[in-house]
Amino acid sequence: MNLSGNSPTQKAIYWGSHYLMIAAFVVFALFPLYWLLKVSVTPNDILYTEGVRMWPSRTTWENYTFVLTQSNFPHYFMNSVIVAGTTAIVTTMVAAVTGYSFSRFAFRGKVIIVALMLITQMFPLVMLIAPIFKILAPLGLTDSLTGLIIVYTAFNVPFATFLMQSFFDGIPKDLEEAAMIDGNTRFQAFRRIILPLTLPGVAATLGFVFTAAWSELLFALMLVSSDAASTFPVGLLSFVSKFSVDFGQMMAAGVLALIPACAFFLLIQRYLVQGLTAGAVKG
Amino acid sequence: MQAGKLPVARRGVISRRLSGILEPYLYVSPALVLIIAVMLMPLILGLSYAFRDIRILNPFSGGFVGMAHFQTLLTDDAFFGALANTAWWTFGSLLFQFTLGLILALLLNREFPGRRLIQALVFLPWAVPTFLSGLNWAWMFNPVVGPLPHWFTALGLMDEPFNILSDPDLAMWGPIVANIWFGIPFFAITLLAALQSIPKELYEAASIDGATTRQKFISITLPFLAPTIAITLMLRTIWIANFADLIVVMTNGGPADSTQIVASYIFTQAFRRLDFGYASAIAAVLLVLLLAYALGVIALRRAMTHADS
Amino acid sequence: MASIEIANAVKSYGAVDVLHGIDLDIQDGEFIVLVGPSGCGKSTLLRMIAGLEDITSGDISIGGTIVNELQPKDRDIAMVFQSYALYPHMSVAENMSYALTLRKTAKEKITDAITNVADILGLSALLERRPKALSGGQRQRVAMGRAIVRKPQAFLFDEPLSNLDARLREQMRSEIRKLHRRLGATSVYVTHDQIEAMTMADRIVAMHDGIIQQVGTPIEIYDRPANIFVASFIGSPAMTFLEGTYEIAANGNAGVRIADGALIPVLPAQGATANQAVTLGARPEHIGIVGDDKGGIPARVDLIEPMGLSTLVHVSLAGNPVKIFTLDRPDFAADSIIHITFDMEKIHVFDTKTQLRLPPQSEPHTAKTA
Repeated sequence: MNLSGNSPTQKAIYWGSHYLMIAAFVVFALFPLYWLLKVSVTPNDILYTEGVRMWPSRTTWENYTFVLTQSNFPHYFMNSVIVAGTTAIVTTMVAAVTGYSFSRFAFRGKVIIVALMLITQMFPLVMLIAPIFKILAPLGLTDSLTGLIIVYTAFNVPFATFLMQSFFDGIPKDLEEAAMIDGNTRFQAFRRIILPLTLPGVAATLGFVFTAAWSELLFALMLVSSDAASTFPVGLLSFVSKFSVDFGQMMAAGVLALIPACAFFLLIQRYLVQGLTAGAVKG
Repeated sequence: MQAGKLPVARRGVISRRLSGILEPYLYVSPALVLIIAVMLMPLILGLSYAFRDIRILNPFSGGFVGMAHFQTLLTDDAFFGALANTAWWTFGSLLFQFTLGLILALLLNREFPGRRLIQALVFLPWAVPTFLSGLNWAWMFNPVVGPLPHWFTALGLMDEPFNILSDPDLAMWGPIVANIWFGIPFFAITLLAALQSIPKELYEAASIDGATTRQKFISITLPFLAPTIAITLMLRTIWIANFADLIVVMTNGGPADSTQIVASYIFTQAFRRLDFGYASAIAAVLLVLLLAYALGVIALRRAMTHADS
Repeated sequence: MASIEIANAVKSYGAVDVLHGIDLDIQDGEFIVLVGPSGCGKSTLLRMIAGLEDITSGDISIGGTIVNELQPKDRDIAMVFQSYALYPHMSVAENMSYALTLRKTAKEKITDAITNVADILGLSALLERRPKALSGGQRQRVAMGRAIVRKPQAFLFDEPLSNLDARLREQMRSEIRKLHRRLGATSVYVTHDQIEAMTMADRIVAMHDGIIQQVGTPIEIYDRPANIFVASFIGSPAMTFLEGTYEIAANGNAGVRIADGALIPVLPAQGATANQAVTLGARPEHIGIVGDDKGGIPARVDLIEPMGLSTLVHVSLAGNPVKIFTLDRPDFAADSIIHITFDMEKIHVFDTKTQLRLPPQSEPHTAKTA
């Protein structure tokens, strides 16, 4: 669409303000991350004296070396990778078949299942912590990564399903019908023809779920008690308590923790827009 | 016809029609099992706690107390304060998230050099773990180590740099700003997706009909965005009302309960005072209020679309 | 190759019946065209043969075996879709060989089959391309090739030409016919385009509202339509209909009295009684323009449509639009009055109430399918 006027001056004014606003958004989005980075490389002794300077007079990697070599952080990090990675993969698989059935079949009870999934998005999750603990404890799934994976998968399946459904909606039914006539069962047609065509959707869903699972704090805090099964958000909080708030180290750990989530997100955000364009938000 | 005598070909034991009926349920069963086991059953269990005395440190608790928690709730000033704060927190965050998200989506809907990179950068806050952004924003509001109070003073908004998080009148703005920062990308992504699905021919037709930019926005863009806006606003309202992480991390409800919302109040009751019965009662009330809100919005929308047609 | 028998096939979605008891025998090697307006159930019937839709009741058999219980993959049929449904992530060769690969056919055999079919369809140079890089006509050919490679029991076509432009469609029509003659494969072809039906079919099955209206060769359907629906649907430009009453003169001659009082002579119709409400149907080529003194019925000229080869004259007769086909190049002014006559040997009388055609008494009784 043509939002700008037609004369060169109008155009210049339009694009000038366009870029100005874009710049404002970029600064707003990135400045807090910049500040995080700044604190993480500021030496402890000048953390407070130079607290409000835009860039410290000296910088150091000490905080990073400490976090990586002296703390449990690498261990927490690995736990998080396992939990977020597995959750992302399992959720995407479950969401793919469910989203496919929402997209392709009309069946009794479908409306109820969709409504159920929507309603789960309204729960105050805080309320579920104690009951979930009570259900998982006898199964030996508290204080375990498996337990966290199951809980995160269930929490993320509804949104992931709607996201996957919107991608399937964008693929003509004719394709799997052709594949069925060519000699596939419906499930084979789904796996061999339809799924490969929704790889962007799979990527978007993987990334979305990974990011969500990577960040989760509340359940990780409440369901896990031992250091062995702690994920990094819990570990990060432990910096607050254990080391009388060593902010430099905490921020360094934070920056490290940001890397995988951001990397994943940068890769998938394009597909996310694509997937929603296909109709995810039509409800 | 001789069809009755023709041989009938079959594969498998289950008839084609039966397997056709069963197939969709097979596909949804893993999701259904997970949701029922990990969300629905705990919800019902949680609701039952609302009628029981469940205090973790009290070995004699566990009994049935009927409506006692709800009666306490009626006289609990902290709860009603939290309810008012929830409205303030939710709509304050939502207004800015939505407005700024819409502007950002409109800006990104035009082709310009570097658009892809810019899009990735401005969407980045969504990927930042919420508690990390909470800690970081708390840090930035602190006059000793954060730049914001100094900027506010320079702009004349403050007489001298101080931490708004410790001022009961202003503290809520802290988590709200952090929430806006975190939530803009969500609206920008969904609205951008909706914008990109508007057929370009419509704008061309409107141009030929002599519509101005503003008229095109009002007569094409907004009506096309309306369904997306309605559904995302509704879902987001509920989500934000339930979203306690930022408040717990940044202010813990303080100072003097000035930032306590219902969701963080539940958290406080459950995990600081370890009174799960009372916490569940509050959660049940919140769930009912949110459901009522959602149904109200849906009914209103239905009434409006019916009035249209 | 195989015959296809459909016996009392019913399709309903809940309480809504889409197909009401279809009976149809398709001979081995026959090219059948299912034609009708959208929503008439022709595509549903085709999809039931393919196994993509369940049969609510009744039987469908292919090659003498009832296939109701078989999945599409076990029916050994090939289908060409309107959208072509080519797999976007596979090359042309992979698209065509996919079914054979699934059957674990030997590599050399697949290569031979592909080379052969690509040759027939002129696709040899395109085998490594992706569907995205093909034109509409080329995609259509690949879709055909994918079906042919398999040597199936039957070919099913679901409006395969409707996404092509007019010229290409005309070309593909004759190509598909030639292919059919060459392969001799049983084919069921669905279209809403009556020209495709007329030009391609061995037999046409005209459908409307989930019921078969008539089955017959194109010429039978054109010359002796079973009812008003078939008469109006087949033929372009379309047949003209005039409502009136049936009259029998003392000498046994018959005619239809239309609204303005004019009497159009017709052959005495089987089963028609005097004063019965009837509808007269006349194709544009069976209406002639005569000199003012030759006893024609006066009509007002609305529009002259030159079509090159012929000219179509639109006139109003007693308020009814009437189309006249002529090889002349008339130059009547609009609103001028001309005189027209109807070829009584060729025009039809329909019972207005039952919509059925009342054949002339001279015509031998034929078994009606409707």
